[in-house]
Amino acid sequence: MSVWPSIAELSEQVRSGKVTASENVEKALRQIEEKKEYNAIIVTLAERARARAKEVDAHPAGRLAGVPFIAKDNFLVFGADTTAASNILRGFEAPYQSTAINRLEAEGAICVAKANLDAFAHGASTENSDFMVTKNPYDKTRVPGGSSGGSAAAVALDMAPFALGTDTGGSIRQPASFSGVVGYKPTYGLVSRSGVVAMGSSLDVIGPMTGTVEDAALVLDVIAGKDDLDATTIEREEAGYSLNSEDVKGKKVGLIKEYFGEGLHENVAAIVQQAAEKLKTAGAEIVEVSLPSLPLALAVYYILCPAEVSSNLSRYDGQRYGYSYKEAKDLHESYTKSRGQGFGKEAKRRIMIGTYVLSSGYYDAYYKRAQTVRTKIMKEFEEAFEKVDFLLGPVAPTSAFKIGENANNPLAMYLADVMTVGANLAGVPAISLPAGKSDGLPVGLQLIAPQHQDRALLGLAKATEGALV
Amino acid sequence: MFAGLHVKNLTQPYIRRSWLHVYFLQMADLSRDDVLKLAQLARLDLTDEEVEEYSRELTEILHYVEQLQAVDIEGLQPTNQVTGLENVSREDEIVEYGYEPLDLLKNVPETESNQIKARRMIG
Repeated sequence: MSVWPSIAELSEQVRSGKVTASENVEKALRQIEEKKEYNAIIVTLAERARARAKEVDAHPAGRLAGVPFIAKDNFLVFGADTTAASNILRGFEAPYQSTAINRLEAEGAICVAKANLDAFAHGASTENSDFMVTKNPYDKTRVPGGSSGGSAAAVALDMAPFALGTDTGGSIRQPASFSGVVGYKPTYGLVSRSGVVAMGSSLDVIGPMTGTVEDAALVLDVIAGKDDLDATTIEREEAGYSLNSEDVKGKKVGLIKEYFGEGLHENVAAIVQQAAEKLKTAGAEIVEVSLPSLPLALAVYYILCPAEVSSNLSRYDGQRYGYSYKEAKDLHESYTKSRGQGFGKEAKRRIMIGTYVLSSGYYDAYYKRAQTVRTKIMKEFEEAFEKVDFLLGPVAPTSAFKIGENANNPLAMYLADVMTVGANLAGVPAISLPAGKSDGLPVGLQLIAPQHQDRALLGLAKATEGALV
Repeated sequence: MFAGLHVKNLTQPYIRRSWLHVYFLQMADLSRDDVLKLAQLARLDLTDEEVEEYSRELTEILHYVEQLQAVDIEGLQPTNQVTGLENVSREDEIVEYGYEPLDLLKNVPETESNQIKARRMIG
């Protein structure tokens, strides 16, 4: 049982004067302090949060009035350090603020802390953070998942009612699964990426991590929609995203055949199968659906993502912001030493792969081919959605793995994303819901909908959440 | 620049196959030199240890992604934008954000007279 009521209720309590925003902020800060040993938080914004709480208490209004939240540390929060858990951005103070944070604050929400992540969101465990490794809330010897591992752990540990994450290949859903919370990846472009440290720009999305589907829907409703500062943003659905629950009766849900093959842990398979059974009992029609090219998604992702990373990280040049090598004798040495010393291992690994696949002579063979196979995967999603309303599968092949288990094997670490990257390549919305436990560790269930069907997906997720209880 | 990287490895039998195919039979093993050239392009100063490590790991990762070469992509176009947006434009207006130049310069490693100071380009 969470120490927080639902977000709708908490903000109602603030608006009606039953609790104050200041009390909520103090409670969040206390929770963070008490659970410090999990390394979920990079920095608390106590002073800023207390000042904001006073403002909210003076005029308690807004749909998120006085609700504390935690942002992954790749969101720019005005006046606060934004490091993306990287040494190269250590000490970088955000001169402006991300659109998502602006929208949350406009509804009275208060950012209390910045959460740990794999540096620049490159990873599936938070072990790539240049600062520290976050521990799984259910077992301190295990990872919380990643890259939004700090956000997931923070919500699981009740540090705040919700956190923001980013998902490029599974970075919201996989840690949600490992840490036992709800993680929502919207349709590509539904939430503005302005003011968020870029990773793979054709894949990156922003989404909420919460305790319940209802909370995720409310937060999404506040942050979703077009933004002049991000040209890839799309129109929101007219009905909005909050407080919807779909009747599952008559809904056709497809189990993704390719996700139930070799490599899927038997406990995870059993938990997802049981969930499908419960949906069936609730009235949904469950069928098996095949997306034959989906097993290629990870290979496509590990060409496209590093290509976009190598381009997006070229801005860290030691001249305008971030770490700068002081003894350089010329500009070239300043670039190479600032970047060489400032970036961590995984960032450099991805920059190198990206540079390779984009280099002259290899561009067509790697990058263009990957973009074309991406088309093939998108087509298979479209064809699947002609047969079913939603897709269902596991989030990750296993539950949380041990800290250090995959540390020396980047390819094994990349495989943690094998069931999540497909949704990013196709731009479709997907959600990770807690579905059960395997040897005491949480296991998530993934539901996927066609593009622009976020409202329907949240509705189904809410009904599924109810059916799983 | 990289077109020549592996030419030294080309052997006669492969040349009879399609040009692209020759590439793929040859391209995936990254030598130390290849890694150094890449690092140079990416403006990364790597330690010897990193060069060794990356030449092994990148080779492994490139082998993994090579499975895409066998995929039939006949008649398909590459996807660059997933939601189908095209030519997104807006009015070209001046927007007042209220930032002072000094606020925006506070993260700059070295400044002089409110300008970003960089190292000389030619030694």
